Amino acid sequence: MPQEFKREYKNILREYTLMQNEQNLYEGQNFSKQLIQKNISPEDVISIHKASLEEIMPDLPSNVSHSFDLLIEVMIHYGLALKEHQTLIKKQENIKMEMELAANVQKTLLKTKVPHMSGLDIGMISVPAKEMNGDYAYFLSDETNLGIAVADVIGKGIPAALCMSMIKYGMDSLSGAKTEPVIVLDIINRIVEKSVSDSMFISMFYGTYDSINCEFTYASAGHEPPLFYCDKSGSFKELQAKGLLLGVVPNVKYEQHSIVLDKGDFVVMMTDGVTECRSKEGFIEQQKVMEIIESVKDEPAQVMVEYVFHKLEELQDFEQRDDFTLVIFKKM
Amino acid sequence: MNITVELLEENMKVTGIIKGEIDAFTAPVLREKLAEINLSEDLQVELDLSGVSYMDSTGLGVFVGFYKSVKASNSHLELTGLSSRLKRLFDITGLGEIMDIQAAGKEVKIDETV
Repeated sequence: MPQEFKREYKNILREYTLMQNEQNLYEGQNFSKQLIQKNISPEDVISIHKASLEEIMPDLPSNVSHSFDLLIEVMIHYGLALKEHQTLIKKQENIKMEMELAANVQKTLLKTKVPHMSGLDIGMISVPAKEMNGDYAYFLSDETNLGIAVADVIGKGIPAALCMSMIKYGMDSLSGAKTEPVIVLDIINRIVEKSVSDSMFISMFYGTYDSINCEFTYASAGHEPPLFYCDKSGSFKELQAKGLLLGVVPNVKYEQHSIVLDKGDFVVMMTDGVTECRSKEGFIEQQKVMEIIESVKDEPAQVMVEYVFHKLEELQDFEQRDDFTLVIFKKM
Repeated sequence: MNITVELLEENMKVTGIIKGEIDAFTAPVLREKLAEINLSEDLQVELDLSGVSYMDSTGLGVFVGFYKSVKASNSHLELTGLSSRLKRLFDITGLGEIMDIQAAGKEVKIDETV
């Protein structure tokens, strides 16, 4: 311990033994901040105290003086605990940095590009509630076909993010956007079922749009049913398809259905971050979500998804509890 | 946000009464509590969810995980008292087809094979 510290402490102690006032106590507090900064352990502080006291009061009874040796012994473990605590803080900082790095890697790796498709207007928004997104939207496309996947990984954070890479690479391994939705889900289910832990699973909706006959064919693995808006009748319909979540059992039968889109019709694909919105008064009902969507139905798809997100954010008092993903594609 | 889990054990049957909200914060509590159940062959586990006011996908994850271990040990799991919102969650995810679930307000099914 540097000599100056000893001198400074002795001065503060001398003042305080003479005159017990607030000012001296305050100096003591400031002094302890310096000690912490210099990593001086509690037992060393007591050693200084003992040495200073003996200098200030030469007639200090020897038993009082000895008592500090006991105190030093007792404080050694506090010193060790403190060191451990400091190491942990450092480790935590490192982990946090790695998390940020991982989140960035995820963003780069899983970056979704909305493709251009003639005759179709596509909008997408995906906003994570925390650092890492458990939702995922992905597109596959060739000249005439578009494959759209919306998935929600249950279980959050890093494991969920790793899971998402499985979906992406599973889809990339397909021969193209033409592959039938039931086959896509079956392949990904087999990949996921083998690899994930027991309480982690994925809900996923997958559909392919054929731009020649304007047909949308879809299947669902336990995912929130998308909404289909028919412009002619001005009404919404849920696109239901039975199918179990990915990753629960290896052999699952998925249902496959299809619809034909006319001009102005659109499909709204989403995750439960959209349907499970809660305001102070309770759940925001599906009816309300439909009304919000319908009110902007003539806007471009990207404007629509952003509007719906902001509107729901507002209704929830800007407190987003779950990852939020919304994809709208509209026949032009 | 809170959750209480009460487990009653008698003979070959465990009844669990779950009350409160099941979300990312409370799900670990439920998971731990369910892990306490000593699963064995032919054990009947009934979980009463009539006091559950909210459940999100994290909660669903707990039940899927538990269902898997129940199946692995040849025990039986039944979820009862599901509100319409909860029932919808199990139906959408397809879990309603593989798990034994009973909505609230319905009479208990009588086993006709006996």
